[in-house]
Amino acid sequence: MGMDFSVLAPEIVVLTGAVTALLAGSFSPRNKQWISRLIAALAVAVGAGFAVAGTLGEPETVFTGTFAVDTATGVARAIICVATLLVISLGGRELTGTSRESETYSLMLLSALGAMVMSGTSDVLVLAVGYLLASIPLYALIGMGRSPHAAEAALKTYLLGAFFGIALMLGVAVLYALAGGSTYEELSTELTGAPAAAIAVGLVGVLAGLAFKAGAVPGHFWIPDAAQGAGITAATFLTTVPKVGAFIAAYRLLSSMPDTVNWPLLIGLLSAASMTIGNFAAYFQTDVRRLLGWSTVSQAGYLLIPVAVAGQSALALPSLLFYLAAYAASNVGAFAVVAATGRHEVEDYRGLIRTAPWLAGALLISLLSLVGTPPTAVFVGKLTTFTAGWDGGLTWLVVLAALNTVASLFYYLRWIAPAFARDPAAPRPRVASDEASSTRGWAASTAVVAGAVALTLGLFAGLFWPWLEGSLAH
Amino acid sequence: MLSLVIFLPLAAALVLAVFPGIPDRAARWAWVVVAAADTASVAGMWAAYEQPPNGGLAFEEQVTWIPSVGSSYHIGVDGLSLPLLALTVVVFLACSIYALREQNRPRAQAALFLFLQTSCLGVFAAQDLILFFLFFDLSIVGMYFVIAGWGHGNAARSALKFFLYTFLGSLALLLGFIGLYLYSEPRTFDMVELARLAPLNGNPVAGGVVLGAVLLGLAIKTPTFPFHTWLPPAHTDAPAIGSAVLAGILLKMGTYGFVRIAMPMLPTAWRDWAWVIIIIGIISVLYGALVALAQSDLKRMIAYTSVNHMGYVVLAVGAAGAAGGNDAAAREIAVTGALTQMVSHGLITAALFLLAGVLKDRAGTYDMDSYGGLARPAPKFALLFAVGAFASLGLPGFSGFIAEFQIFAGSIGTVPWVAVALPGILITAALFLLAVQRLLTGAVQGRSAQVSDLRTTELLPIGTLLCLSLLIGVVPRVLLDLIEPASAAVVVLVGR
Repeated sequence: MGMDFSVLAPEIVVLTGAVTALLAGSFSPRNKQWISRLIAALAVAVGAGFAVAGTLGEPETVFTGTFAVDTATGVARAIICVATLLVISLGGRELTGTSRESETYSLMLLSALGAMVMSGTSDVLVLAVGYLLASIPLYALIGMGRSPHAAEAALKTYLLGAFFGIALMLGVAVLYALAGGSTYEELSTELTGAPAAAIAVGLVGVLAGLAFKAGAVPGHFWIPDAAQGAGITAATFLTTVPKVGAFIAAYRLLSSMPDTVNWPLLIGLLSAASMTIGNFAAYFQTDVRRLLGWSTVSQAGYLLIPVAVAGQSALALPSLLFYLAAYAASNVGAFAVVAATGRHEVEDYRGLIRTAPWLAGALLISLLSLVGTPPTAVFVGKLTTFTAGWDGGLTWLVVLAALNTVASLFYYLRWIAPAFARDPAAPRPRVASDEASSTRGWAASTAVVAGAVALTLGLFAGLFWPWLEGSLAH
Repeated sequence: MLSLVIFLPLAAALVLAVFPGIPDRAARWAWVVVAAADTASVAGMWAAYEQPPNGGLAFEEQVTWIPSVGSSYHIGVDGLSLPLLALTVVVFLACSIYALREQNRPRAQAALFLFLQTSCLGVFAAQDLILFFLFFDLSIVGMYFVIAGWGHGNAARSALKFFLYTFLGSLALLLGFIGLYLYSEPRTFDMVELARLAPLNGNPVAGGVVLGAVLLGLAIKTPTFPFHTWLPPAHTDAPAIGSAVLAGILLKMGTYGFVRIAMPMLPTAWRDWAWVIIIIGIISVLYGALVALAQSDLKRMIAYTSVNHMGYVVLAVGAAGAAGGNDAAAREIAVTGALTQMVSHGLITAALFLLAGVLKDRAGTYDMDSYGGLARPAPKFALLFAVGAFASLGLPGFSGFIAEFQIFAGSIGTVPWVAVALPGILITAALFLLAVQRLLTGAVQGRSAQVSDLRTTELLPIGTLLCLSLLIGVVPRVLLDLIEPASAAVVVLVGR
């Protein structure tokens, strides 16, 4: 319980990286901004290394019970850092030489830091801080695009973020008042005698805030707009990284809730709503960024299944962690293809297999992984989350998730089918995106790497799995 | 050895896919060579196969894969799977030869079919439910690209329908597998273990639900009435070799699942619900035959006869689990007949679809009214088509007769009222005779004049498939000696 700051090494490295990248960017000329890019990439890479090292110790809570150092924290930090690294890499084409390059890296790192804090904290007050740290840089990132769409998306995200942030803080206040303490340990012991209705109010408030970060119903409205309006780098980041923090935070919080409140049912309903609404809204999208935006909403629904059975099934936590990693790789892969081609309409992808076979392959793997086709990563994620869900008694939800998976195939195929079609696209004047192939290469390589990760995670899931099986620190 | 047989085509597919510089001609022949090598390997396995004692597996391999959920890379063959593995390599070899004249992206096509071959072999060799599901799903993905990429007509739409429909089936199957896993003790996805444990035997409600999920998945794949609606459009718009693989191999995955998964792992539930399965089988037999009779499109007609032929399999496996009649021998005959029918239908229907592909290639249509008197311009075609039609309608001397005879002998011995399905045979006979008459006999008319006779690359694969059917029909012991011990084991397992 001492003040051992070394357990926060990943956070410290990322924070230092964010500050240094910003300073280095401020003092370098426009054509030397790659320095801050390098610093940022280095920071998250080192952070990932520390994160992995941090999972090797015994689970414990530090700083008077406000921060948990356990498998969930370590894996979440690792996913966040690696995903951020991939996002920085795919952003090469879009960001290089722009006037706000170093600021973008800095903001991304700060938001990632917020997600890391959310995933590791075991105190509702620190959770609120993590929420703000993860959210505020995000508003700026979305608005950075400077297009009318970006402005609208930033405003929408900001308003919703502020609203759900207040809900979160209200919930935190209620729980704090009821328990007389803010750490999860105190919550779990003190709330047992508290009135269930009051706990429910507090819990709903906090969960609403987390739903905003997770992109799950009811806090999902900003996702499709932001995915479409923001730059592709920001879009990839905001659909991937904050989710990790939010889901681990939700899992951790719910694990300490007394069973006087029927929270599994609440989470189950949110999960059902997310996957169904996300799927149906994605159906007829023709803009791939919007399509992916809605797809992340539905993925959030699947990710809520293990959260709903937190503590009920031995598979719940490892399956959640695995699904998050699998989802991050697949989602980044799909967005990286968009970044590499610069095409935004589904029909623009017609004949991609002829012009860019490797990209088409990466797209195929990423999208089939999002569907949940074996042997890709999300398949193992879905298999284990479904098993955990059924094991935890939510059979109805698992059946619904299976039906939704079939339904989701339809819109992913709407994108895959043209890409592999025989006849190439009629040349469209709008697709004038073949400039600067050296920077395009970054996004294309990221797509291939992310696709390979999605495949490897699936094929060798058994090797990674023991690493995920650790209990939460209490 | 077995892994090599399964993954050799995949390795070749990767090479073909990754190197765009490979010339078309080399790609076509590489496919033939790999398919032939795989066929030779399976023939070697068949020769070396010895019935393992008490229901074990031959050529077994097991490597841990995802130990935390009790799933491993576990493969092996027995009398149920070896005939289907052999069928798979033969049909794929036939397709590779037939495709030697392919002009449309032959390299990609060869890669795709080799990939598909690995996934089909994997399904029949898998001894772990997750592994089975993996290959099962990959076969769907592969076939989707075959139809969408090389089909004609409304290929994109048919491919989408095929994918969505069979993906729904596969997810139902996955739910069933998860159910089996959760009720097993210790928890496992291993098929051998699950067959030994029969985890849901004391639990009629959960057993019924899990069986329902598994049956739904398999019934869509088979397909049986009322889940067959994806089949006719998929066949009509698929390329000839795609149809041959779809009908010859992919449909067998459904019926194979009945005998490999549903019957041994859920015996009580299977016996409780056998009457439903029998009724579905009977409806499929009669409905498939009647609808096929009404078709004027040759490919649709053959597609519906597949529904009919798979219906025999379903009613046989249903009857093998039905209550009443303590005659284990009759049940064994029914299961043996069902397995023989799978092989037989695979050979004959693949040949018929390749023949239909010849018509499309020459004259551009499957419409039977556009032809007439084909025997004159295309005598070899006419001969093989007539042979295929007679084999398919169950003429003695061909494999179809052996299969259907055993199915009815075994089923009626157990459940007399399945005799109501007998008119199915009559209708099938009528529709094939009608088709032979419309296409082959009479004056040369319509587009028949454009139909030149079979080339060697067509004659060889189609002829081989039909000769194998004839071989099984004349000396059935080669096949039955392999199948009978396995079907006896299934009957014992389902009788627990």
